[in-house]
Amino acid sequence: MVKFYESSTVFQYNWHQVAQAFWQRYPNPHSSHVLSEDTVFREVRDNKLFTKRLLTKTNRVPKWGERFINNPKVGIIEESVVDPKTRTLTTYTRNVGYTKVMSVVEKVVYRESDDNPNCTIAVRSGWVDSQVFGFKHAIQAFGVERFRKNCQQMILGFNHVLSHLYPKHGQHETNVSSEKSSVQEAKDKLKSAAKRASDLVMPKANVMVASCQD
Amino acid sequence: MNSVGANCNELKQEYDACFNVWFSTQFLKGNNSERMCAPLFKEYTECVKEAIKEQKIDMKEIEKNVLNTEEEQKKPTGQR
Repeated sequence: MVKFYESSTVFQYNWHQVAQAFWQRYPNPHSSHVLSEDTVFREVRDNKLFTKRLLTKTNRVPKWGERFINNPKVGIIEESVVDPKTRTLTTYTRNVGYTKVMSVVEKVVYRESDDNPNCTIAVRSGWVDSQVFGFKHAIQAFGVERFRKNCQQMILGFNHVLSHLYPKHGQHETNVSSEKSSVQEAKDKLKSAAKRASDLVMPKANVMVASCQD
Repeated sequence: MNSVGANCNELKQEYDACFNVWFSTQFLKGNNSERMCAPLFKEYTECVKEAIKEQKIDMKEIEKNVLNTEEEQKKPTGQR
């Protein structure tokens, strides 16, 4: 069975800002695992922008996983659709190669907040699967733990890029304090997620929904 | 950010710079013409395709579309 998880994040920037920053996300201080980024396809159709990018990332695996994966690099395909009319940016990413060992799919929908047009909500869904007999659960649990970790890095990295692109941001005053605390909070979470990942010996077979908020 | 092909880095930077301007000043404002960065895009993606071939990354997998197709993963029913 595929493991599914979902989480949501609020960015204190409007949708136009988030959409622009999305293309300029890398590099950032939290993206050292991203090695390359390329646009391989792009076109405007029905007033929407369709893009496909190829990312390569480092592929660090626990000791026990080395028997399945020996390539230090993994390719990620990111499909995206930007719809300015509905103010929605949808991204769908999947790994290429090693999909039988571990397939990780993530979908993120960035939408303008219904309550506050100055905020953007990102809803992130993930699916982790493995077809390796006997190691399936361990691999799935590892994949979910890595998702938690990468989730925080994604948020920290994205906020970093946003704050550089839009330093004189409308809600600057109020954001400074909240950003600081959320960065600290996220760092703590990242630490504990990293610890959990390194402590991971037994598969957590019952983890069905992992949220990056917990 | 680097390109997958070290020799494509310069082309990538030029194209990305053009795209970012186009995206904010044209596309988000309702102008859908892709002409502005088309020549840079062509040159850049040709370079990347060569690099992908050289590095033996599966081009078929890259060409496959999943988002908004039947193959897209669905949320499990009964869970939010």
